[in-house]
Amino acid sequence: MVDPPRSEGPAVVGTAFERLGGRERVTGETVYADDLTFPRMVHLALTRATIPHGRIIGVDTSKALEMPGVLGVLTGADLPTPYGIFPISQDEHALCGEKVRFVGDPVAAVAALTEEEAQHAALAVEVTYEPLATISTIEEALEPFDTIHDTGRENNVHRLSSFTFGDVEAGFSEADEILEDLFFYEGNTHLALEQHSAVAVPEGEDRVTVYASTQVPHYLHRALTQVLGLEAAKVRVVASPTGGGFGGKTDPLNHEIVVAAMALHLGRPVRCTLSREEVFYCHRGRHPAKMRLRTGFRRDGAITGQHLEAAIDGGAYGSYGVASLLYHGALQTTTYRLPRYRFDGSRVFTNKPPCGPKRGHGTPQPRFAFEVQLDKAAERLGIDPADLRLDNLAEAHSVTANWLQLGTVGLRPCIEAVVEGSRWRERRGRLPRGRGLGLACSAYMSGAGLPIVWNQLPHSGVQLHLDRSGGVTVFSGHTEIGQGSDSVLAAIVAETLGLEAGDVRVARGDTALTPVDLGSYSSRVTLMAGNAALQAAERAREIIAASAADELGVGVEGLVFAEGRVFDSSEPARGLDFAAAVAAAEERNGTLGTTGSYTPPRTPARYQGSGVGPSPTYSYSAAVVELEVDEMTGMLTVDHVWIAHDLGTAINPVLARGQVEGSVYMGLGEVLMEEQAFRRLPRRRSDALVHRHPSMLEYKSPTFHEMPEVTTYLIEGPDPAGPFGAKEVGQGPLLPMPPAVANAVADAVGVRIDQVPISPEMVLKALTAHQAGSEARFGPTSFPDLPLGESLRVLTPEEGGDGLSADDGHSPARKPATMPTREEASKGAESASTSSL
Amino acid sequence: MTTTPHITTATLRVNGEDRTVAFATHHTLLEVLREELGLTGTKHGCELGECGACTVLVDGRAVLSCLMLAAEATGREIDTVEGLRAGPSLHPLQAAFVELGATQCGYCTPGMLMSAKALLDEVEAPDDAQIDTALGGNLCRCTGYVSIVDAVRRAAPQDMTRREVGAETSESETGDGRSTAV
Repeated sequence: MVDPPRSEGPAVVGTAFERLGGRERVTGETVYADDLTFPRMVHLALTRATIPHGRIIGVDTSKALEMPGVLGVLTGADLPTPYGIFPISQDEHALCGEKVRFVGDPVAAVAALTEEEAQHAALAVEVTYEPLATISTIEEALEPFDTIHDTGRENNVHRLSSFTFGDVEAGFSEADEILEDLFFYEGNTHLALEQHSAVAVPEGEDRVTVYASTQVPHYLHRALTQVLGLEAAKVRVVASPTGGGFGGKTDPLNHEIVVAAMALHLGRPVRCTLSREEVFYCHRGRHPAKMRLRTGFRRDGAITGQHLEAAIDGGAYGSYGVASLLYHGALQTTTYRLPRYRFDGSRVFTNKPPCGPKRGHGTPQPRFAFEVQLDKAAERLGIDPADLRLDNLAEAHSVTANWLQLGTVGLRPCIEAVVEGSRWRERRGRLPRGRGLGLACSAYMSGAGLPIVWNQLPHSGVQLHLDRSGGVTVFSGHTEIGQGSDSVLAAIVAETLGLEAGDVRVARGDTALTPVDLGSYSSRVTLMAGNAALQAAERAREIIAASAADELGVGVEGLVFAEGRVFDSSEPARGLDFAAAVAAAEERNGTLGTTGSYTPPRTPARYQGSGVGPSPTYSYSAAVVELEVDEMTGMLTVDHVWIAHDLGTAINPVLARGQVEGSVYMGLGEVLMEEQAFRRLPRRRSDALVHRHPSMLEYKSPTFHEMPEVTTYLIEGPDPAGPFGAKEVGQGPLLPMPPAVANAVADAVGVRIDQVPISPEMVLKALTAHQAGSEARFGPTSFPDLPLGESLRVLTPEEGGDGLSADDGHSPARKPATMPTREEASKGAESASTSSL
Repeated sequence: MTTTPHITTATLRVNGEDRTVAFATHHTLLEVLREELGLTGTKHGCELGECGACTVLVDGRAVLSCLMLAAEATGREIDTVEGLRAGPSLHPLQAAFVELGATQCGYCTPGMLMSAKALLDEVEAPDDAQIDTALGGNLCRCTGYVSIVDAVRRAAPQDMTRREVGAETSESETGDGRSTAV
């Protein structure tokens, strides 16, 4: 085998090339799910539960069926098969049959000629209930009230987890200072601008295509197959361009299944678009989290051990909750050297819309706790908060106490960039009273290391189509949710084949036409689909190079792919246009096409529950916030954010910067105002537990007026795990924002707000408490008792562990959860590449 | 009980073209544009006047089309995102939005562009406060608004001195100390 021919340095990767689909987005030509129409299409509306918890006694659809325009009604009896994104949480029904578990749970579906007729008729479906006790808080869920699901666990506990990595108590005994703090992080929601929408088109009696604003066509395909009882090959899911995701379109959702069932029932296309109020109740967003954090420090600032406890409110269904809970614990170890670590967590069910993954999935809450506590520790130890972090940095390519394999760690240059940019050293602690600077850091995954449904198949697949016109099309199962993943894949292929990004077409997110990609979640597409695209493109380059070398009478090792040509590097005039080179290869090999696939490297963690947290590599972020606190009103005004993000390589700096700024914005929204909060209706009405403000006006989110100046630093240093060295950029930069704001408030007025969002009222209360001689703090004062039981004990790498827990050692050896190690994966890619020739 | 809706037949002047259309009298301009005229470029995010996604121009003023009845728009000049460019070339606002990354998922973009057009038609070189005020009713969840402000400044015809402002607000630092403007 010869060295693969190389193009001369990056020509596309790292440049601000025009994004694919950009023109369509500014001209109104992008077709979202709700823009689709089909001949004979009708509309579907859902009848939703008006009580938060109860048994369904009867559903009377007779009045609805007589309403004008109504064509059909479905109820829970028509869709009895449960489903759920996680195999261990199959607790949802597309339409509820026996019970409703939150106000908004769907009970019946009505199809009518117009959307208005369907909505009117949905209100005419009469449902009678036997009410059950409403569980509205974490504390109530731990008490013996009616259970929302039969989980076999105590009361309304959904999940309990406890892990002890190393001798944590010994860690605390080595500490000179131990800090223990309580925190609360309120839930919030994605608020994507596009209301969820799905259109189902039947083909014959047993085939259906669903177009949906989903981030996970593959998992929707699985759920549809399961609930509809159809053969998988007869169900097709097409992910339409999604008008914002942020994790809110990452579950298979009930309306997406119901439209398909109705389309098959009626034999005609059906569309369902949720109202904004329904979107608030659909939710799947950030879990409200109560946390207790205890961390030991030596006098020099070194962290000796940490114990995190988290009690999270899951709402009415499992959704991603098992993973959400584990994420609360898993990534605490990725930023700083944390030699010993314990995590105790519990997720409970309540009668509220289900929580799930939102940008940063399960990690912003404990990150807030950790970074605020570090600030307090720095104060107590007399160390600058930036230095405390710099002195504790996690080491690149090390394995953490909980057995996560880190890749490159660019946190030092991140901290240095924001410290320098904000003139932190000169200004922190020295600004006039009322004005402050706060710093915080974080890390995030570049894709989940394990699939949701356990298997040994690739996580991402790409097929590359090349034709004699020189046209190149990437077929990939990923979805474009605005992050620019089409552009990333096109750039990777274009770079490899010496083309422009705009020369490459991308066909995406179609379970019938594109190979499986697990979806646009966990910041996985650039790294995983990107590596698959790179492999496919490298294989194509080898095939084209072999015939071009013969055609030109030169050795393959001297060939270069650049500027739309294939040519001899020593004699550039000697070459072929790319189209001619493809034609020559087609003449020799027949129709051209290659494939690429990607499976993450095997994690060194092997204990039960270690499947959440591993990633091929992690991104790093640091932020400094400058703000002003009005001591009369408690109002915060954020003036400037300096944010640095270690993304390995910026495939396109304009798109990468957009992800960073968008994350900063969303993090500011969480800390300053956003709340998915609930209230009881007055007793004289129904006492039902409802969303406090299910509208875009009352659910406050930042506008142009609230957005501060943002200075972005893209910190590059290629990671060997990523295509052209790229890591994630879409989620990580959100994480430092809430703690950086809380830390800046402390710098400005000397009070600690250990709660998110930080409202003016909390600031005033803390200031008042301070003046009265009490603790200068606002935050929770209690943490619930969790019925935890035994903690799973795992020796750390330093203690000579093997990644298993002592208990695992006695059970039959588990199969490795992913296919190859990092080295095996790259070797495998090479041999597969060779054999394709 | 639903009754047969009252129907209005009217000629709407949309993007300079007269379109005669029949619609339920209680339907909004948003509904008629999208459903009767097939102009799905105008988006909806709430249908309650809260998000700005449905912004169109009526007689040159930015209007939330979900809060205006189509019947009220007869005899007036209606401009939607589809009419922003004449021919294949992009309007300067559209070009700036693409170039500076001011459109991500794209769902707020049509409304954002129309609000920005109303502003630039009135103020040749708006300052930041004017941009914030004109676009303050348009929500975007992707961009953090930073690149949108850059794009509106870039597209402002009389504001040549600020053309490079997008490059100034951000910088990129490489691991080996190289620094490039983003």
